[in-house]
Amino acid sequence: MIAPKLMHADEGQPPSLKSSRPQEPEENARNRAENQEEVIMKKTVFLGALTVAGLAAGASAAATLDDVKARGKLNCGVATGVPGFAAPDANGRWEGFDVSVCRAVAAAVLGDSDAVEFVPTTGKTRFTALSSGEIDMLARNTTWTLSRDVDLKFTFVGVNYYDGQGFMVPKDLGVSSAKELDGATVCIQTGTTTELNLAEFFRANNMSYEPVPIETQAEALQQYNAGACDVYTTDASGLAAARSTFEDPTSSVILPEIISKEPLGPLVRHGDNEWGDIVRWTLNALIAAEEFGITSTNIGELSAAAGDNPEVNRLLGTEGNLGEMLGLDAGWAKAAIMSGGNYGEVFEKNIGENTPIGLARGLNAQWRDGGLIYSPPFR
Amino acid sequence: MTTMTDPHHQGGFKLSMLIYDSRYRSITIQIVALIGFLTLIGWLINNTGQNLADLGKEPSFGFMTEGAGYDINQRLLDYTSTDTHLRASFLGLLNTLLVAVMGCITATVIGVMVGVARLSHNWIISRLMAFYVEMFRNVPVLLWIVLAMAVMIESMPSPRAFRGEDPAATMSLFDTVAFTNRGVYVPEPLFSNSLGNIHLFGTSSLRFDVSLDLIVFLVVFIGGLLISRMIGKRANATQEKTGVRPTVWHIRLAVVAVPTLTVLWALGFYLGYPELKGFNFAGGTHMRNSLIALWLALSLYTAAFIAEIVRAGILAISKGQTEAASALGLRPRRTMSLVILPQALRVIIPPLISNYLNLTKNSSLAIAVGYMDITGTLGGITMNQTGRELEAILLLMLVYLSISLTISAVMNWYNNSVKLKER
Ligand SMILES: N[C@@H](CCC(=O)N[C@@H](CS)C(=O)NCC(=O)O)C(=O)O
Repeated sequence: MIAPKLMHADEGQPPSLKSSRPQEPEENARNRAENQEEVIMKKTVFLGALTVAGLAAGASAAATLDDVKARGKLNCGVATGVPGFAAPDANGRWEGFDVSVCRAVAAAVLGDSDAVEFVPTTGKTRFTALSSGEIDMLARNTTWTLSRDVDLKFTFVGVNYYDGQGFMVPKDLGVSSAKELDGATVCIQTGTTTELNLAEFFRANNMSYEPVPIETQAEALQQYNAGACDVYTTDASGLAAARSTFEDPTSSVILPEIISKEPLGPLVRHGDNEWGDIVRWTLNALIAAEEFGITSTNIGELSAAAGDNPEVNRLLGTEGNLGEMLGLDAGWAKAAIMSGGNYGEVFEKNIGENTPIGLARGLNAQWRDGGLIYSPPFR
Repeated sequence: MTTMTDPHHQGGFKLSMLIYDSRYRSITIQIVALIGFLTLIGWLINNTGQNLADLGKEPSFGFMTEGAGYDINQRLLDYTSTDTHLRASFLGLLNTLLVAVMGCITATVIGVMVGVARLSHNWIISRLMAFYVEMFRNVPVLLWIVLAMAVMIESMPSPRAFRGEDPAATMSLFDTVAFTNRGVYVPEPLFSNSLGNIHLFGTSSLRFDVSLDLIVFLVVFIGGLLISRMIGKRANATQEKTGVRPTVWHIRLAVVAVPTLTVLWALGFYLGYPELKGFNFAGGTHMRNSLIALWLALSLYTAAFIAEIVRAGILAISKGQTEAASALGLRPRRTMSLVILPQALRVIIPPLISNYLNLTKNSSLAIAVGYMDITGTLGGITMNQTGRELEAILLLMLVYLSISLTISAVMNWYNNSVKLKER
């Protein structure tokens, strides 16, 4: 490998560009997030090109786990701001459903759910950021597709939200079905599966439309709210998140058609299977914890000593050596679950029916409850 | 030269002379630097290939012939999402050229006016122009682009506002132009006896339709202009010979206007007006808000620089020229257009070229407002959907390089034709 030392493209960056300092008023936090996004967007594209141009070499083959441990921080790519999924709160602390996955991995690997450097990425910059090694993993409403896996060379470690693409229109437009959208102006985020599905849907239904390509959800909503586009389309979960930020959420309706399958999940680069395993089983640990009724409240008790359920014991490290196999401590899964609760808790806290986002579990219920959320056994 | 520095006479060539002999030293240094540079390039290329191979991503341009899968809002030619990435890039290139050409023209017009006005003796005018120049020169163009877009989106009515019995917004200019926050819809020229299009390059990705109506119109119009110029020259010659200038302006006007109007009439020229249909206006030409924002911001920004160049060019012409011109009885306006500007042009053109190049390259900021130029198509969606960063960036560099070199070549040719011919 040539110049292995040069490959940490992010090392030379002033930390202030990326770190989110706590204790700042909301306004500043927002602005900073936006600036970060711009800086990072540019940086990523250039670094991406440079990486491939050879100055930052061979990021994929390195042992990511060692890098993360040496750095003491996990670099995790998230969205630039989707409430409920990934957004800085009033104190500038990142919160959300996707953010929880990052925190769980940081807790499992480093024992500290705050040891995460959140890197806001847009639909366009996320893959360059991941393949260039700027981030160790990506948890950003990203759809698992064949070409992203095979051609872009990313390993999707699982699905944390089963979604599909929907449409949102202002209520006073009087539209009740996506089939009535012929001729509409549609805001879309570029670099997403959304724009490809959209093209196919309108073609298949023999309708025309005017796409307005946009980089981030925030910009899209600005145009949508000003009436510069009639329709906003993205994953249905993203629509719910977007609508929750409106002054009057009932002024927009989400149309009944769901035009695609969007299994969203965390991903890592090809080439480091050990690291992929860690992220995969951390996500599975959260899912299994819900299945076995391990919650953030009873986990202290359950992990104090081995209980009757051997799988719970193996998961929590009171029996067997699963942690060692992964190259982690025995308490890895316990730390991950304690960082934000089990899958169900994370869901309810960030996007569940009692939050402004208000999503029902639906497909994302445990398999026992008729959903698709299912963890392979911990054995 | 003296024999002092010529060691050949004192003994044979020694290797140390490569460094100590002033005749060889500079060559030695250059060769060493060249070898170093080439090694660096070679290492970069080799390393890139190696790393891409490790990632399993051998460089290949095959993706350009695969289906693009995405739609483009502004299309100067036909395009659907089933076309190839190459076609998408080609449409992006045309969009780049469109905004660059429009921008260069408006920037030049505004720049020359502002540059001249800034030298005005009228205090208010010259201060105002100075204010304009400093405002635009000292704020990054990206901010101007984003600002222009934001102002348009927020301040203009959406097409929805035009609907209903008692609409909140109405069309301007006798119901012919609609200003909306999605852009401006203007009437479009149409022909009822259209001659159709010529299709170039068959069904390939670079297929290109050219309107025969436009060609016929241009041929007749330019032909008229040429004849009119010939008549003007003849009139000049007569004036030189006889001292009397024959009145020719009405003939000159007629040779341009009559054939042009006849052609328009024969082709059945009429205007198609925009009209609210469904979600949007239909008919007419839609100048998208992204195009307008980009065009305005690039023009105003570059015009500030051009204004300074024009001012410098004018100031470079010695004051004696103005004095001589007024001694001959020329009025100030004619002094400017006949004496000062033609000379100033020679100073102005070289830096003007670099401003045209800047404008063209700055147009790649288009993506900030979602204008689908080549950076938005090839360097944006295509790159992102295919993951071919290196290939896409290389192609982009090649494209911008070619555009820039072409602009330079054309402008240099023009510069040579106006430059001082020493006799
Ligand atoms: N799932 C699709 C679309 C993902 C996407 O862009 N979602 C939006 C809305 S949920 C988003 O995350 N935006 C984040 C941002 O604006 O930064 C994909 O992977 O291509």
